Amino acid sequence: MSQTSPQQIEYNLKVVRQFAVMTVIWGIVGMALGVWIAAQLIWPELNFDTPWLTYSRLRPLHTNAVIFAFGTSALMGTAFYIVQKTCRVRLFSDKLAAFVFWSWQTVVLLAVITLPLGLTTSKEYAELEWPIDILIALSWVAFAIVFFGTLVKRRTSHIYVANWFYGGFIITVAVLHIVNSMAVPVSFTKSYSIYAGAVDAMVQWWYGHNAVGFLLTAGFLGMMYYFVPKQAERPVYSYRLSVVHFWALIGLYIWAGPHHLHYTALPDWTQSLGMVMSVILFVPSWGGMINGIMTLSGAWHKLKTDPILRFLIVSLSFYGMSTFEGPMMSIKSVNALSHYTDWTIGHVHSGALGWVAMITIGSMYYLIPRLWGQTQMHSVKWINTHFWLHTIGVVLYIVALWISGVMQGLMWRAVNAEDGTLTYSFVESVEASYPFWFIRFVGGLFIVAGMLLMAWNCYRTIKAGTATADYIDAAPQEAAPQSTATQSA
Amino acid sequence: MDYITWRSIYTVLVFVVFVAIIWWAYSKSSKKRFDEAANSIFEEDELEQKANNTTKQESKNNE
Repeated sequence: MSQTSPQQIEYNLKVVRQFAVMTVIWGIVGMALGVWIAAQLIWPELNFDTPWLTYSRLRPLHTNAVIFAFGTSALMGTAFYIVQKTCRVRLFSDKLAAFVFWSWQTVVLLAVITLPLGLTTSKEYAELEWPIDILIALSWVAFAIVFFGTLVKRRTSHIYVANWFYGGFIITVAVLHIVNSMAVPVSFTKSYSIYAGAVDAMVQWWYGHNAVGFLLTAGFLGMMYYFVPKQAERPVYSYRLSVVHFWALIGLYIWAGPHHLHYTALPDWTQSLGMVMSVILFVPSWGGMINGIMTLSGAWHKLKTDPILRFLIVSLSFYGMSTFEGPMMSIKSVNALSHYTDWTIGHVHSGALGWVAMITIGSMYYLIPRLWGQTQMHSVKWINTHFWLHTIGVVLYIVALWISGVMQGLMWRAVNAEDGTLTYSFVESVEASYPFWFIRFVGGLFIVAGMLLMAWNCYRTIKAGTATADYIDAAPQEAAPQSTATQSA
Repeated sequence: MDYITWRSIYTVLVFVVFVAIIWWAYSKSSKKRFDEAANSIFEEDELEQKANNTTKQESKNNE
């Protein structure tokens, strides 16, 4: 069939479909790994006395799987979808887009092999060794070329705000990855950072916190600015606010890293500066959250009937909650209590499972039927069930770790009044944490159950449909859509 | 220029630029353009439907 008249162009949805499927699969893998290591904390024998399956090796695999396999697959897929839709052109290069997909999946597979083998740089969220780092850089540059190339050849005058967030995320992550991964290789599987001492720590957390700020925040805000208005069928609450939101977030986030290094060898002024910038970050974060949630103003009733919208809006509530909690925890005196405790892990997961996972899941439920020629998912009821499984799971998780975190912090700092010795040994605080770790494990089971239901729902949706071929008029300018419609007819 | 002076000027500069961005974003002249941009993601559906009219009919014939 040669239905493509010279007046029409077809979007490249193949690469979006590939990323969408892998998002769901990696989501299950990454979260199941999380549940496994949560169980290992309660039943250590679950490592089966095998070095590859120890907590120390599976934990980085879990974080890499959820951030770089699940989260980044979702970001790459949605970036390619949104940039085509909002710029009304096909992707800059199909071959490069395919390279982005296959190289990125290779990176993830290499992580699955090397991390259990114990090959690691030991830098958190940047554990992969130098040959893989080079592949990541190549893949990322290709990603940037496809994305910005598409923006350049756009057929609209304005660049929609979602693309600004994706663009900021792509550029910043490239810079962060390249600078932080600078290392001296000593063999094919081992390298040492070119930075030393406190500088190494500072570079690591400049990377680490901006991975949170740009990969896990800016990128997903891009998702939010497209899928929330689309699903709500209303334009974003304030486009002006979204512009200010973008520049404020970009300008501030980059300075927040030192709050990971309070009370360490990092110079004191740097710690205080990091604290101040982190506290200010509250303002743009909440500006963005309000902008997203208020998009629904006047249409709140939709939340009653639409579980996808529920996913998206509740994700923003979690975003608001964790971006209030984060600045608070970055205050030095609060950090003195919270740091190194479960509170930090609870905070991360309210962001990761509440914000990142829920906005991704909602977006996938919007996207997957549209990518396979359907109007909605196989079962909307199951989406609702998933919503409740996920929400209950996240709430169990973060409440349990709030309590255990504060408890640990209080136990560690408790001293006997008469002689100043510690009231509790470390092991006593571990023992006291078990009940909460069990609740966390149960919360994780809820979340993985929801993801499995999602996978089944997606499978049924995809099986019932056929790959969508999406066309758009290739009229010279958007200003004259009607005249071209008559031409092609 | 020494480092401290340069950083101070730079900080003030960034602040002025940011205030300018807010002023620009909320100025009346930008309003119309931004409203159009906010709605642009919905126009795209209409354009597509027009583009898809012919192809949709073809696929129906195949069924």
